[in-house]
Amino acid sequence: MVREFSQLSSNYRAEETARRYLERHNIPVIWDLDTRALVRHIRQLGTLRGVVATDGTPVDQLIAEARALPSMAGQELAGRVSCHEPYEWGSGSIELARTGGPLLARGEERFRVVAYDFGIKRNILRLLADAGCAVTVVPAGTPAEDVLARKPDGVFLSNGPGDPEPVAYAVEAIRKLLGRVPIFGICLGHQLCGLALGGRTFKLKFGHHGSNHPVKDLQTGKVEITAQNHGFAVDPESLPASQVEITHVNLNDGTNEGMRHRTLPLFSVQYHPEASPGPHDARYLFGRFVELMREGRGK
Amino acid sequence: MPKRTDLRKILIIGSGPIIIGQACEFDYSGTQACKALRAEGYTVVLVNSNPATIMTDPEVADRTYIEPLTVPSLEKILAAERPDAVLPTVGGQTGLNLAVELAERGILDKYGVELIGASLRAIKVAEDRLWFKDACRKVGLEVPASVLVNNAKDAMPVAERLGYPIVIRPSFTLGGTGGSIAYNSEEFAEAISRALDSSPVHEALVEESVLGWKEFELEVMRDARDNFVVICSIENVDPMGVHTGDSITVAPIQTLTDKEYQRMRDAAAAIIREVGVATGGSNIQFAVDPGTGRMVVIEMNPRVSRSSALASKATGFPIAKIAAKLAVGLLLDEIPNDITRKTPSCFEPTIDYVVVKIPKWQFEKFPGADTTLGTQMKSVGEVMAIGRTFKEALGKGLRSLEAAPWRAPAEVPGETLHERLLVPGPDRIHWILTALRTGMKAEEVCAITRIDPWFIGQMAETLALERQLAIAGMAGATRELCLEAKRHGISDEYLAELWGVEPAQVAARRAEWKLRPVFKRVDTCAAEFESYTPYLYSTYEEENEAAPVDRPKIVILGSGPNRIGQGIEFDSCCCHAAFALKEEGYETVMVNCNPETVSTDYDTSDRLYFEPLTLEEVMGVIEQERPTGVIVQFGGQTPLNLALDLKARGAPIIGTAPESIDLAEDRDRFSRLLDDLGIPQPRHGIAYDPETAVRVAGEIGLPVLVRPSYVLGGRAMVIAYDRDTVRNYVARAAAMVPPRPVLIDKFLERATEVDVDALADGTDVVIGGIMEHIEEAGVHSGDSSCVMPPVTLKPAVLDRIREYTAQLARALNVVGLMNVQYAIQRDVVYVLEVNPRASRTVPYVSKATGVPLAKVAARVMAGRKLAEINLPVVRPNGVPELPLRDYFAVKSPVFPFNKFRGVDIILGPEMRSTGEVMGIATSFPQAFAKAQAGAGASLPNEGAVFISVNDRDKANVVPIAGALQAAGFHLVATRGTAGALRDAGLKVETVFKVNEGRPNIIDRIKTGTVHMVINTPLGRESFYDEISIRRAAIRYNLPCITTLSAAHAAALAIREQQTHTFEVAALQDLHRMKSVAPITVQAAPGRKSDG
Repeated sequence: MVREFSQLSSNYRAEETARRYLERHNIPVIWDLDTRALVRHIRQLGTLRGVVATDGTPVDQLIAEARALPSMAGQELAGRVSCHEPYEWGSGSIELARTGGPLLARGEERFRVVAYDFGIKRNILRLLADAGCAVTVVPAGTPAEDVLARKPDGVFLSNGPGDPEPVAYAVEAIRKLLGRVPIFGICLGHQLCGLALGGRTFKLKFGHHGSNHPVKDLQTGKVEITAQNHGFAVDPESLPASQVEITHVNLNDGTNEGMRHRTLPLFSVQYHPEASPGPHDARYLFGRFVELMREGRGK
Repeated sequence: MPKRTDLRKILIIGSGPIIIGQACEFDYSGTQACKALRAEGYTVVLVNSNPATIMTDPEVADRTYIEPLTVPSLEKILAAERPDAVLPTVGGQTGLNLAVELAERGILDKYGVELIGASLRAIKVAEDRLWFKDACRKVGLEVPASVLVNNAKDAMPVAERLGYPIVIRPSFTLGGTGGSIAYNSEEFAEAISRALDSSPVHEALVEESVLGWKEFELEVMRDARDNFVVICSIENVDPMGVHTGDSITVAPIQTLTDKEYQRMRDAAAAIIREVGVATGGSNIQFAVDPGTGRMVVIEMNPRVSRSSALASKATGFPIAKIAAKLAVGLLLDEIPNDITRKTPSCFEPTIDYVVVKIPKWQFEKFPGADTTLGTQMKSVGEVMAIGRTFKEALGKGLRSLEAAPWRAPAEVPGETLHERLLVPGPDRIHWILTALRTGMKAEEVCAITRIDPWFIGQMAETLALERQLAIAGMAGATRELCLEAKRHGISDEYLAELWGVEPAQVAARRAEWKLRPVFKRVDTCAAEFESYTPYLYSTYEEENEAAPVDRPKIVILGSGPNRIGQGIEFDSCCCHAAFALKEEGYETVMVNCNPETVSTDYDTSDRLYFEPLTLEEVMGVIEQERPTGVIVQFGGQTPLNLALDLKARGAPIIGTAPESIDLAEDRDRFSRLLDDLGIPQPRHGIAYDPETAVRVAGEIGLPVLVRPSYVLGGRAMVIAYDRDTVRNYVARAAAMVPPRPVLIDKFLERATEVDVDALADGTDVVIGGIMEHIEEAGVHSGDSSCVMPPVTLKPAVLDRIREYTAQLARALNVVGLMNVQYAIQRDVVYVLEVNPRASRTVPYVSKATGVPLAKVAARVMAGRKLAEINLPVVRPNGVPELPLRDYFAVKSPVFPFNKFRGVDIILGPEMRSTGEVMGIATSFPQAFAKAQAGAGASLPNEGAVFISVNDRDKANVVPIAGALQAAGFHLVATRGTAGALRDAGLKVETVFKVNEGRPNIIDRIKTGTVHMVINTPLGRESFYDEISIRRAAIRYNLPCITTLSAAHAAALAIREQQTHTFEVAALQDLHRMKSVAPITVQAAPGRKSDG
């Protein structure tokens, strides 16, 4: 949904207009609407269910249809968008987007990472590859045993849509993996870690969206500008403080943005260090994952 | 990190007078910095030579010095105040350079003063072109390839390798002198030898050209914990080759993908870290090759800049305020965002609208100036417009300029059009639209201008709608089509033109359709959080967020873009009105479109509408707000031009009635009024053809002042000493379509001009200040130095001036401010002009007297009586007057001649100064000397003075020359003047005129063997010789005095300089010296309880 949908494109990398691209992929666009009014509406009322219609159906009927839609809370959507078969990923990001070289030492073997696909963003895979990882993407429902059988250096828990609570199978898998292999989670992956570590999650009024969320690293005091896109959050009070350390907090509303296990190799963040679009401030986290795996190899 | 407690007192250096490239954006940033540091508990000492600034209001800093921005004067202030630190980054290049000089000369160390915000090293790395390139390369970034050469032979292969076009920059020349671009080896051979010659070290940088590449800027901030944020991204519509200050720019960046943008963001972070700007704001410029995406770094400013002021207004994020807080150790996440209150300043603003900035040029003031836009900035001001789309913002921006409607010539030869598109000039945007309208393909326009196809495409889309509208006509246009037009930023006025109707008819049709603008907020966060500051812009959308409050409110109309004759002084008055009316309990509403100003700071008034000052947009605001009053008399001519129309549409204008303002501007009626009052005026007449004009001029008596009847502010005025000049001038005016009548006034020779600012409430009149001009009548009042109190006028003349002023204020029923210009010839007081409104001199008078005239005037306009306001008046002859007893205050103008080479600098009835400075001292000569130093033309203490005057001045120059000789100066003169001086018994060396042989006077100026120039012209059409002398003086930065009265003042000032040392004084002490009681308002019953 955009205020103005440009019918022109002008970039040396452009192959077609945005309109043609979206048409090709069958993605509807709504334009010429008061997007700011819509944002204010959602800000006041919280996340809303909606219906898009072009066929002239009366508004009352559309409202009824929207009301009949189930709420996001309680919906297990990750399984629906996950891949069905494991696959390998090896390609890195395009040159324009690359920040920093590979993190492998001379002669060091690539890190074998198994990535759970709860709706994984491709740029996470590209950045893992950039960082020196050979990635195997596995379906959301893959049991922990199958993952461990691949003898990975680390396990990655991806982002994904919907409410983390109903994704109980993943929570169970994480509990089994915890302590056996270094774990890094992003977004839904972070929320699933929260649940696995005994915490609970809750639905935010209208979620965090956009590419300018300030997140403070509580260890260094430094602030990262981050891209975010989530409707649920981990309640930091619900986590066992003896085991879990809160590492990142959102400066706009104080909600939890990151944590790590005090003794076991697990850390996760709520925001998107792989952001594309979005700032690159948090890309160092991929390096931190590599470091954790390197330590794991040493043991 | 808590703020630093080891610092208590901080010095802020302002940017001095308004000049091209350094305007009131630094008043905005400096004022913010002062307020921010005081709010944190620091004592703030401020120095700035510019009295028209808000920052020099005595309540903004703890200690305010209106003193020259020179090392000696700064050292005195440091010695007197002993601050712990100096913040050099909010006073433009002037403030930064001065701080560097103080540091390098060891003066900061001597007084134990720390540089905060940016270290000396960081400033030097950022400012030195080669060091900066090295820093960029070190962090892996590309810069335009370049090689330093010191002979032409080595240079040639470098050029061949880097390819053409190629840039040549000589080392260590001022303002890029001797630099150029070569398009082939032949041109290069010539250019390089010229560049090496003009470089004092015989060295030049040969640099890869990035001409025509896309140009971008990032406004970034960094704090002491290395937190880094981008506040705003800006794209130049005009590609590389046109100075950013002369480019149309748009925020946010429109034509980069996220990947390209993030790469730029990463680069900016790397640069600010490598350069080492520890805290504060910086501006970093990039160029991107549109064909390959290759990105190079162009330059950075390690300080608050013009672009950062624009970025602050564009986003709602106050960069200067935050930069000041960061400089004392606070962190971005410790400073709350004013607008949302709940979130911190450590974030990157999101904007859900498009901002367009358009420069304002005034080449018409500088005949002979090269109008080509290039690497040196030439615009005098700018406007900003906000819309929900680029198209809307561009449309609003173009009408914010208040330019007369641009019309393409009826027939445009293809070659001309091509040339106008290829060579950037002030009208290029209109030529682009013309090209598209006359059928040139968008691709061709892009190819010639090298403007990104996206921008040209946007314009083409608007023009397509324009054609649709024209075909439909007013009768056939549906509400939907009109809404589309409004959403494209098309004005009522333009629709009226397309449809051949009156704008009022379009407005009426919109009213029938209920097609009204809504107002959206600038809130830093695209509505994600609630905003508490009503900073608004109009657009045509569904939801209206204006939410006006229901209490007595007053709308203040600002003055639009800075221009010569209408600058920061009027903005200062508008701000004062807002401050005073807030205290009176009103809700204050500001309307303005100038992003450089304090008035468009969301902190200044309760509500800010960032809108063009056109009837349509102002009425939009008035209809939304329904104010109790509208003030039009503080913003200069811009709001006055709207006054009658606004009143006709029902706007409640307060203060002096628009009819009175109109009367004062209507020559015939005003002349009759003066006759009725028995007040003398120069003889005058009017003519439509050359012969009548010559006859009228004969009746009046030469010399005469001739001017067109249709322009104000001295535009196109000429003093004619002979009939031919009159005839030619009128012939030109008569040849215009439609023919213009010409006004002819007796020009009072050797008259002293006087300006008076007064306050009136309909009953009482209080004289604010009587200013005696130092240049004689004939020089525009804005271009003349002046002094308060008057130094040569007889008491009887002063009494007469007081009486006339009071009479005029009553006769015109002035409520608020009034300015009168008088000319005194042989003790007769003539009225030249009356302006029943705020004048350019109001801030100067306010600073000199310690009474803020505009604040008092605003209260009076809102219904107070002067008698209620406890003003510290004296009554020399019955008329109350603000006193100024113990010191003299001299105001001197500053000119942009160094930016317009080839333009004669002679002063005349056409105003050309861009800014002013003030010098305060206990004697007139010292105040004058300070003002000259402040204006950047410090008078010499020794050396040679070159004197060349016209015959009329020869007798009168003798005593001045005598005084200079007595002061130890060597006199140099051309033959005629030398003879006159020698006849009077003075020792004088004769030099050649330019065409008489060599070495001539120009050679003497170039070789530095002349230190001051006194040169009065022979009428308006000066000889080549005189022009080249004055030009050389400007180029080599010599004081160049063009009137005898100023020469006289200079001689006195030099004597004073030689015998007395400068003293510096804080405004707070000066005002206390006169024991001016703070202005108190007696409580009025029955109002303000809701305040």
